Amino acid sequence: MSYPPDPRQAAFAGRRSDGTPVQRPLSPHLQAYDMLQMTSAVSIMCRITGVAWSVGVLLLVWWLAALATGPAAFAQVQWFMSSFIGLLVLFGLTAAAWFHTLAGLRHLAWDAGHGFALPTVMKTGQWVMVATGVFTVLTWVVALVVWR
Amino acid sequence: MATFTLPKNSTIGQGQVFKAEPGAKDVRAFKIYRWDPDTGDNPRTDTYELDLAQTGPMVLDALIKIKNEVDSTLTFRRSCREGICGSCAMNIDGLNTLACLKPIEDVKGDVRISPLPHMPVMKDLVPDLSQIYAQYRSIEPWLKADTPAPPDEERRQSKEERAKLDGMWECILCFCCSTSCPSYWWNGDRYLGPAVLLAAYRWIADSRDEYTGERLDNLEDPFRLYRCHTIMNCTRACPKGLNPAEAIGKIKTLMVERQG
Repeated sequence: MSYPPDPRQAAFAGRRSDGTPVQRPLSPHLQAYDMLQMTSAVSIMCRITGVAWSVGVLLLVWWLAALATGPAAFAQVQWFMSSFIGLLVLFGLTAAAWFHTLAGLRHLAWDAGHGFALPTVMKTGQWVMVATGVFTVLTWVVALVVWR
Repeated sequence: MATFTLPKNSTIGQGQVFKAEPGAKDVRAFKIYRWDPDTGDNPRTDTYELDLAQTGPMVLDALIKIKNEVDSTLTFRRSCREGICGSCAMNIDGLNTLACLKPIEDVKGDVRISPLPHMPVMKDLVPDLSQIYAQYRSIEPWLKADTPAPPDEERRQSKEERAKLDGMWECILCFCCSTSCPSYWWNGDRYLGPAVLLAAYRWIADSRDEYTGERLDNLEDPFRLYRCHTIMNCTRACPKGLNPAEAIGKIKTLMVERQG
């Protein structure tokens, strides 16, 4: 896949004092910017958790495929899922799913024209992070109680 | 395309250290991005130690003191020193802002200063803004109307109509917002960025303008408008306290509403 030439390239052609050409540098971006501020941090986490959740759905497919294949295959999946690593992955996926859902609600509010004021943005961002923790733990408490 | 690392010619090396004068009481280090086109060298970070007891309160005061008293080769833009010209926009302590409005005491530890992010550097803290000015030109930031103005009178607005422009006419085009936006970093060739879209909405919202439809047509594009993912870095950065993200949200709402 080829991309059209980036017109910004032209702005990198500079001149020295004696008139000879010089390639201008690109100013630092990720290297200089505070990416951990609430605004960009929640945004990038929303993307990462979205990808993680999508990939995680493959686990569900594996589980269903094993269910259709037979008892031996199913037992194998159950063994992996209830191992320490399996539980860790499932716990992570629960957190990712909650984060993406809650941050998604925030995006729906913005798309409807609400919640753009900066103090509100900071508050809802904090709310997404705290609620993700609370809901993830709650989900697992309920799951473990039902499991037993 | 998104490239997360700096090109080879743009990586930043160690520079010189200018020590504070002996006897200085309240020493603070300013770590400043430097690039000189006349040397073939990569950019570097120079460290200037200043006695805050002998320096004005704002970061711009420190820059001017360095240029006047320590190193006259330091290059930066400045003019009004009171937040109305937009010249001294730069990245200070990880956030874009105006050096003249940023108190030194708001920064903890060393004061890191670099040019507006992801821009071609002309020298030191001076970025080339020609691309972003061309984008500003593309939204035709002037009143467009076919109806002639009433004779001997200005085009009138009600107080409510005028109030719709508040929060937009105050923009000084410093581009702190556009260059804080990761979407603008990766797609600034085709995405217009928050500052230009705020200006676009300023004319869309103007009751005297008669080209609202054409203005919206011009923005109906997967890149020009819709590369905004509501990251909100723009609103966080604006030194004038404006809300470009909200203006972009309003344009998106109008796009949906006009489809009926």
